[in-house]
Amino acid sequence: MNISTILDMAAEAFGDRTAVIAGDSRLTYAELRQKAHAAARVLRDSDAKYLALLDVNSPAAPIAVFAAAYAGIPYVPINYRLTRDEINELVERVAPALLIANEETRARLDARADVQVMSREAFLALPVDDSAEPPQPDEDPRAVAVQLFTSGTTGKPKAAILRHENLMSYIVGTVEFACAEEDDAVLVSVPPYHVAGISAVLSSTYACRRMVQIENFDAASWIESAEREQVSNAFVVPTMLSRIVEHLGESGSASRLPKLRSLAYGGGKMPQTTIVSAMRLFPAVDFTNAYGLTETSSTIAVLGPDDHRAAASSEDADVQRRLISVGRATGAVEIEIRDDDGRAVPPNTAGLVYVRGGQVSGEYLQQGSLLDGEGWFSTRDRGWLDVEGYLFLDGRADDVIVRGGENISPGEIEDVLLGHPAVADAAVVAVPDEQWGEGVGAAVVLKPDARASAQELQELVKTRLRSSRVPQTIVFRDALPYNETGKVLRRVIRQEFGKP
Amino acid sequence: MSKIALKAGGRFKSAVCDAQVMVIKAPAGEYSLACGGADMIAPTAAAAGTLDSALSDGTLIGKRYVNADESLELLCTKGGKGTLTFDGTPLEVKQAKQLPSSD
Repeated sequence: MNISTILDMAAEAFGDRTAVIAGDSRLTYAELRQKAHAAARVLRDSDAKYLALLDVNSPAAPIAVFAAAYAGIPYVPINYRLTRDEINELVERVAPALLIANEETRARLDARADVQVMSREAFLALPVDDSAEPPQPDEDPRAVAVQLFTSGTTGKPKAAILRHENLMSYIVGTVEFACAEEDDAVLVSVPPYHVAGISAVLSSTYACRRMVQIENFDAASWIESAEREQVSNAFVVPTMLSRIVEHLGESGSASRLPKLRSLAYGGGKMPQTTIVSAMRLFPAVDFTNAYGLTETSSTIAVLGPDDHRAAASSEDADVQRRLISVGRATGAVEIEIRDDDGRAVPPNTAGLVYVRGGQVSGEYLQQGSLLDGEGWFSTRDRGWLDVEGYLFLDGRADDVIVRGGENISPGEIEDVLLGHPAVADAAVVAVPDEQWGEGVGAAVVLKPDARASAQELQELVKTRLRSSRVPQTIVFRDALPYNETGKVLRRVIRQEFGKP
Repeated sequence: MSKIALKAGGRFKSAVCDAQVMVIKAPAGEYSLACGGADMIAPTAAAAGTLDSALSDGTLIGKRYVNADESLELLCTKGGKGTLTFDGTPLEVKQAKQLPSSD
């Protein structure tokens, strides 16, 4: 079992179809396989134990995913937004390696004898040899296909590993082979080092769909690419969707994207106002909310297009609120909620979200497997299931504020603050408190020209929730810190409140 | 027909046509796995034999094949003319998934 089978099948069935488009360059599935074979031969002839990528989206990313698989070594895309020191520390952890870089990222690498740096251009131009025997991939299902460094909140980044069996289980369990129509195209704007960048390549290839890449997301270039390439599908993180909606709202209408049929989103909490505006802007588009983690090979729960429409048109409050859920477990995994003692809890009871299934790796290179004896993985996300199995998330377990022994979820306070007409954005974090151990702090962004006092917002929380939930400190900011995939950086906000 | 143990991830090819499969899941124990009337063989083994015309309904790339209780599931990774059989019984195509695209 090896993920290179995914490309073999696509090239076998639809070799002439376009696999990837980036700017003016395009590759068919047959060409993608030839290039992956060529790179795999170079890897086989080298001492490299990893194939690393330090680059934005380009055809080099899908080639590298499969080249590493054919060569039987892990593919490790590295976050090019990290600092020079952070990047070089990660490179040291994957040496000896072949590393693909662009001009800008190459300049930030310290020279090492055990890391061969190859430019993206040279990698794309590796000689293709049709007469040579294709490389025979290792078939060990336990071999590591992809290694991703997660952005830990403390300490060094952890190396999450995804084995061939995890990724194959995900693809075979959630995608129907060759299900794309001839003229379908998916727009990929997530960076290659994100798990969604990996699953985009694998899912698109297995669906035999055309993949349109953009190097870095901005709303104008996303819309321009979607229009030019007649894009039918796309995956975006919440911040991307809100910028697209804003941009189209300002610059005309969604009629520029007549082929757009399906928009999937995930990677962070979607504000209800954004999804409601997006559904109004694109009434004919199917919206899908996908929830997943790096350690689960991407998506484990899906709120599908019918769920979105049912929630938007329902009079029943229980159905309406599903619009802010992440949907139900895909057929490929099971989801369970457990209390702090590890016991499963009934519907409508909050606890920790656990997941089990073949795609769940739950494993790090140094720390080993975090699965329990029965294969369950704790996502460290808090949440609850409704009676029909819709999963509602309630923040990270690590973000819970423990105030005098009482657990307080930042999410419910943020929802109240966001309900104030003057508030554009809000994040609630733990702040040090002598009396209670931890207290509630809030960073708030006001809408342009809007006004609200700290006292007014405190009063609102007290009325809607209760006094223990009232932020004892509220700071006003011009913007909140986010990472590039739309996750609010609570750690940075906590530091601003004076906590290490 | 010889019997073999099947395990997830295992790959086989037909001895009498182009078909290839990957085992997605399999019951414990030993069984005979055949295509076109001949035992399936290792992907690197040499093909030999002729296709049984009574077992030539074909196997399609990308389809998943299951036995009656779905304890066995194979993914066809390359199509061929032969019919897949498990202990002599033809396998059925598993219903396509109806999942919205999330990638």
